[in-house]
Amino acid sequence: MVAFHTSTLTQLAAGLRQRKFSSVELTGACLARIEAHQGALNAFISVTREQALKEAASADRALAAGTGGALTGVPIAHKDLFCTQGVRTSCGSRMLDNFISPYDATVVARLRQAGAVMVGKTNMDEFAMGSSNETSYYGPVRNPWDPSLVPGGSSGGSAAAVAARLVAGATATDTGGSIRQPAALCGVTGMKPTYGRVSRYGMVAFASSLDQAGTLTASAADAALMLREMAGFDANDSTSVDRQVPDYVAALGEPLGGLKIGLLREFFEKGLDADNERRVREALRVYEGLGAKLTEVSLPHLPLSVPVYYVVAPAECSSNLSRFDGVRFGHRCENPRDLNDLYRRSRGEGFGAEVKRRIMTGTYVLSAGYYDAYYLKAQRVRSLINADFNRAFQSVDVLIGPTTPTPAFALGAKTSDPITMYLNDIYTIGANLAGLPAISVPCGFVRDLPVGLQIVGPHFSEARVLSVAHAFQQVTDWHSRIPGSYA
Amino acid sequence: MILRWFSHFATHVHLTTMALTREQIASIAGLARLELTPEEIPVYQDGLSRIIDFVGALDRCETANVVPMAHPLAGLSQRLRPDVVTEQDRHEQYQSNAPQVAAGLYLVPKVIE
Repeated sequence: MVAFHTSTLTQLAAGLRQRKFSSVELTGACLARIEAHQGALNAFISVTREQALKEAASADRALAAGTGGALTGVPIAHKDLFCTQGVRTSCGSRMLDNFISPYDATVVARLRQAGAVMVGKTNMDEFAMGSSNETSYYGPVRNPWDPSLVPGGSSGGSAAAVAARLVAGATATDTGGSIRQPAALCGVTGMKPTYGRVSRYGMVAFASSLDQAGTLTASAADAALMLREMAGFDANDSTSVDRQVPDYVAALGEPLGGLKIGLLREFFEKGLDADNERRVREALRVYEGLGAKLTEVSLPHLPLSVPVYYVVAPAECSSNLSRFDGVRFGHRCENPRDLNDLYRRSRGEGFGAEVKRRIMTGTYVLSAGYYDAYYLKAQRVRSLINADFNRAFQSVDVLIGPTTPTPAFALGAKTSDPITMYLNDIYTIGANLAGLPAISVPCGFVRDLPVGLQIVGPHFSEARVLSVAHAFQQVTDWHSRIPGSYA
Repeated sequence: MILRWFSHFATHVHLTTMALTREQIASIAGLARLELTPEEIPVYQDGLSRIIDFVGALDRCETANVVPMAHPLAGLSQRLRPDVVTEQDRHEQYQSNAPQVAAGLYLVPKVIE
């Protein structure tokens, strides 16, 4: 009997190809594990048992015929904002509680094409707006390391599912840190590619100039395997970049020697937990031991990334979420008096508090008289932050620092003040504003909780970012630690 | 009217020292087509005031002659596609998600008397 849950995505894909076990066997075990822990973690919004077993049987036939793809028969989960044909796509919102997607997102279609079996849709902050998974209409996700703590967000369900080894890999999205922050808080590997690298078609939009799809897995090697299948040009996404996708798996072995690592001075300033800093500095010494050279760099405008984000993201959100009108799909209020009442009550009832707060913030900063002062101003500062990154990448290959200021925090600890919650993403937002690829990998523990190390690279340097993360995981085992209750 | 114009002007000038009023929250909610209960208004008044105050930090950053950045990949222009029909007629499938349809049309309350 193979211990499925302690195997990586890469190992499961290889085991299936070698016919060591069947996809039906593996998928069945995976579904049983998801169902056994759903009560404790609430990591899933929908479990697609019947469809998954059907897909698994078909994967087994492909494997028998020798026609399998890179992920044939491997169970994965999708964050519940990727449209999945015939399956509810709720976005963690009452607004879409009744929405059955009529089509597949490109990411979903490509992973299916590669043979992956979908076992369910993971819980998330409503419309991906949150850093703790507490804004979900379906209730919060619990952190597998300690159920009284949050898993991070917005991709908290995907991160918790991988941390508890309910699945070996899950899709996720990152608008301001929604892949990397939960990866750090749950002790898994979270990869956000360059803006435009992965198609956003069929991914419910939050902030269109920032949103990007990526992966949550147990290792960088697994992220490389998944991303290779997800990435690439898509005519259905007008911001998709037509550029060849390197073989990320083949590039993992790229030697580190002489790698120039930039330490972001601004990342080590006030607010960083002293123990988190210690773990990050220990990781940097590991890189030095592998032949990398460290230099300190400064991005003077980076401290403004959170205020820039909380103008740009709400502005784009208020515009994107105007499509939810109670007319064509989604929640509709009872007995509307007139059209305006229909709009107002459907939206007022369908959206949760954080989503409404962001829509209104966006509406305010875009309204007459304020546009120049807030939105245009934020876009100008965004230019300065982007220029800071460009300047840094002239002298270093990657930037490394912490992913989050602290380890996971308690449920309810940061819900009263939006700013306290927003500052969780202080180290991750920069990469979204500049559209850069970035990964978070586990780099140790503080008070028995995992801590994340963030690696940021220039545009389209996913292969380099993944190989830098992989090199660390070859000489450390933080990424293979599993929370006690799920070992 | 003049007073309202002035208060807009005043908040426009002093970005960082403002608290939004109940009336402003009600007006923003109206623009955003969001029905708020009377109990919700003070909650958003507090939250939005904090956020607007927080993002006011941008005001202290010198940005004269800086080009606003709307898209993270500089120099990339919006792609155009040939002007051909690519959509298939799937209105029945799409309308299966609609709250109310009849004869292929979305139904809403009467708009014109």
